[in-house]
Amino acid sequence: MPLESPATNAAVPDTGPAAGPSLIELFMAFAKISLAGFGGVLIWTRRAIVEQHRWMTAEEFNETFALCHFLPGPNVVNLSLVFGSRFRGIAGGIAAFVGLLGPPMVIVTILAALYSHFGEIPALRRTLAGVSCAAVGLLLSVMVRMMLPLAKKRDWIGLALLVAVFAAVGVLRLPLPIVLTIAIPLSIAVTFIARRSTAT
Amino acid sequence: MNDNGAGSLFTLAWTFGLMSLFAVGGANAAIPEIHRIAVDVRQWMTDTQFADVYAISQLSPGPNVLIVTLIGYHVAGLAGALVATLAMCGPTAMLAYYVSRFLKRSTRSRWPAIIQASLVPLSIGLMAASGLILAQASDRTWVAVAVTAVAAVLAFATRLHPLWLLLAGGVLGFAGIV
Repeated sequence: MPLESPATNAAVPDTGPAAGPSLIELFMAFAKISLAGFGGVLIWTRRAIVEQHRWMTAEEFNETFALCHFLPGPNVVNLSLVFGSRFRGIAGGIAAFVGLLGPPMVIVTILAALYSHFGEIPALRRTLAGVSCAAVGLLLSVMVRMMLPLAKKRDWIGLALLVAVFAAVGVLRLPLPIVLTIAIPLSIAVTFIARRSTAT
Repeated sequence: MNDNGAGSLFTLAWTFGLMSLFAVGGANAAIPEIHRIAVDVRQWMTDTQFADVYAISQLSPGPNVLIVTLIGYHVAGLAGALVATLAMCGPTAMLAYYVSRFLKRSTRSRWPAIIQASLVPLSIGLMAASGLILAQASDRTWVAVAVTAVAAVLAFATRLHPLWLLLAGGVLGFAGIV
């Protein structure tokens, strides 16, 4: 299996020995995942890769996702490139990446064009205002759901860091790079010390 | 669309390319920084337009990061949409690719777990900040605040598909209630 197939045949299906998905299959799988995914694509990604296609076991998927989660950038997008490249080299990564981003980008661009033409119509303005109220509610519910484990563990230091980041970025509106430059090393140090003291 | 041309494309590219490197915890955690740049620093759009764009990105399928596609389109049309998306997604995806090759099968180290655990509270704090900033942009009346609160409770307590809640918000807005 050539892992570094030349990028020139990125659009051509690789008809090599059937070990894992072809480029077309990667593209199609991620396009489907993406188009099914409203408000978060991760659940669909796991379902397609682990349950439907059985391209990875649950453990392999978690391991790959953990890596993409602690690196910066949109997690599922990172995952698509890493996942695709596991099977077909960089061309496979690009096929999955384009599959994930291409089709919804077409839809979103059409919506953007409609918005720039009709965005000032009062009925549409009102409708979007209503949608955005609900969207904020959804975001808050996801946030609370993520916060519960910290509260249950009584992780006071974690909660204090959470509040500090919220205040710095949300209330004081400080630039993110500055806040993270301080918060990330601090949080890593605190986590490291906490784990060492519980381990011994 | 503001000033078209290579200048704004270049600005989009390096703005989002740089920002993506600080986007820990996914697109929703990056909202405050995207808002700060797009509304306050570059003044590409108003607060309300930002809330609209967020609503549209939630209404459409695909990863949440596509809000940058909408902002890119707003700034520089089709080319802007493409440049903003690639700048936000390309560099970090390549970084993930190289790191995964580097770590391949040798990750018995506990550092990835420690880094991941330490980033969790930070990304939740950033999501809370996203909530505050978007609420300030969209919840301008008490009815709007109530809609947000009800949507939050329903999304938290039920297994209702998020799309239904968004559509319900849209219907209330269309009817002139919000």
